[in-house]
Amino acid sequence: MDTVNLDAANYKDLLKRYIDTQDEQSLYGAEQISKLFIKNNVPPEEIINLHIQALSELYPNLSEKTGHSMNFLLETMISYGMAHQEYQTLREKQLELKTEIAVAAGMQETLLATTKPSIDGLDIGVISVPAHQMNGDYHHFIKGRDGSLGVAIADVIGKGVPAALCMSMIKYSMDSLPEESMSPKAILENLNRVVFRNVDPSMFITMFYAQFIPSEQKLRYSSAGHEPGFYYRKKEDTFEEIEAKGLVLGVSSDANYERYEQRVEKGDMVILLTDGVTECRDGDRFIESEEVLEVIKGYAHLPAQDIVDHVYKHFERLQNFQLRDDFTLIILRREV
Amino acid sequence: MGLQSCVNINKEWDIVGARQMGRDIAREIGFGTVDQARIATAISELARNIYLYAETGQICFEVIDNINQKGISMIAIDSGPGIRDISQVMEDGFSTSGGLGAGLPGVKRLMDDFDIKSEEGKGTEIRALKWVR
Repeated sequence: MDTVNLDAANYKDLLKRYIDTQDEQSLYGAEQISKLFIKNNVPPEEIINLHIQALSELYPNLSEKTGHSMNFLLETMISYGMAHQEYQTLREKQLELKTEIAVAAGMQETLLATTKPSIDGLDIGVISVPAHQMNGDYHHFIKGRDGSLGVAIADVIGKGVPAALCMSMIKYSMDSLPEESMSPKAILENLNRVVFRNVDPSMFITMFYAQFIPSEQKLRYSSAGHEPGFYYRKKEDTFEEIEAKGLVLGVSSDANYERYEQRVEKGDMVILLTDGVTECRDGDRFIESEEVLEVIKGYAHLPAQDIVDHVYKHFERLQNFQLRDDFTLIILRREV
Repeated sequence: MGLQSCVNINKEWDIVGARQMGRDIAREIGFGTVDQARIATAISELARNIYLYAETGQICFEVIDNINQKGISMIAIDSGPGIRDISQVMEDGFSTSGGLGAGLPGVKRLMDDFDIKSEEGKGTEIRALKWVR
C-alpha cells in the first residue's frame, strides 16, 4: 500500500475511491490518515475543511444545502479542537511534572539514605517501599559510640510529596541532636518540639524510637503515637504487642514520652512497622495484624532480611502489586 | 487602519450580534471558513466573559491592512471587576471551562496575537488579532 500522507490530493483520492468502490482497503487508508491527523495535531475543524474541499472538487454540482450542512458541521468542531489543544498542553505539563517528581524522589532517596549497620549478635532486616514515587515513611539506624544501636521508624499522616518533604526535616533534626541525648525519650521530646514549631498543624508524624544495648541485651524504647510493634518470644513461640503510649509528634509543644525497657532473649525478635503493613488489604477487607504475624512466623527460620523481603512479597501479591500506603518493616533478632 | 465598528454587550443575545459582525468582517477581508469559525468562537468567549463577569462592555473590530498582510483586530473592553491574577486565568485548565479548552487560553490559541490589561475594580481590556493566511 502507498504510504499515506496528509495532503488534500491524497485525501481526495482516497475519498473518491471509497465512494466508487466502498472497499475495506480505502477504509484502512482512512484509519491510517486518522492516525496521522492525531500525530500531526490536526484539529477536527481542519479535517472537516479538508473533506469539504475534496467534496467540492469531486462533485462541483453538489447541492448548496449539502455545502451549508458541511459548514455547520465544521462550526460544531471548533470547540472540540480547542479542547483537544488544551489536552495536548496539559499532557505535556503532566510529563514535565512526572519527570520533576522522579528527580525529587531520587534526591529524597539520597537525603534519607541510611545503611543497615552490623552489630555483633544482632540480625537486622529492613524493607521500605513507597506506594507512590515518594516515601512518607522513614526509618533510620544510628550506631552509638557505646556500641548501642538506635532505630527510628516514622510515618507521616499523608502520602506523596508533602509527606516526603516533612520527612527530610525529621532526618535533619535527628542528625543535629547531640549523641548524649540519645535516649529514645529525649529524642522524641526534641523532635516533637521541632515538628510542633515547623510543620503545618494538619500534618502529624508518628514515630517509634528504639535503642538496643548489646552489653545489657536490653531494648529501650518510646513511642509517639506510632503503630505498635510486636515482640516475638522464641521460647514460647508467641508474639505480643509492644505497648507504648505517647502523643503523636507536633500536637503539643511540651509532650512527654514514657520510657520503656524490655530484656531481649536469645532468638527473640523485635518487629517494627508502619500502618502500611498492618493496613494491607485483601480485596475490600483490611487484613488483621495476626495475619502479618502469621506470615512472619512462616519465615521465622530465615535470616531477618529474608523474612522482611518475603513478608513484603506476600502482601504485595495479596494486593495485586499495588501498594495503597508506604510499607516499612524492620526486624531485629538477637542471635547469641 | 480601517474603521472601528463596535457592538455593545449587555445581554446574552448581544454575543450573537458580535459574532455576526466579526464573521462578516472576517469573510470580507478574505478569511477561509475554518478561520471565520475560529474568529467567531474567540468573539463568543470574549463577549461571554463580559456578559458573565462585567455585565456590560463593548467589543470593537478593526480591519488591519498593511502592505503585505491583512488581518482583523478585536478589542473587548469592560469596566467590570477586573482580573486580579492574570497569569492564573491564562493557565490551561484553570478557568471554569473545566477542560473544554475555552476561556482566555483558548482565545489566545485561536488568534495570532493576544494581549490583556486589567486592573482590579476598574476593568479589563483584551486585544486579539488574527492575520489572513
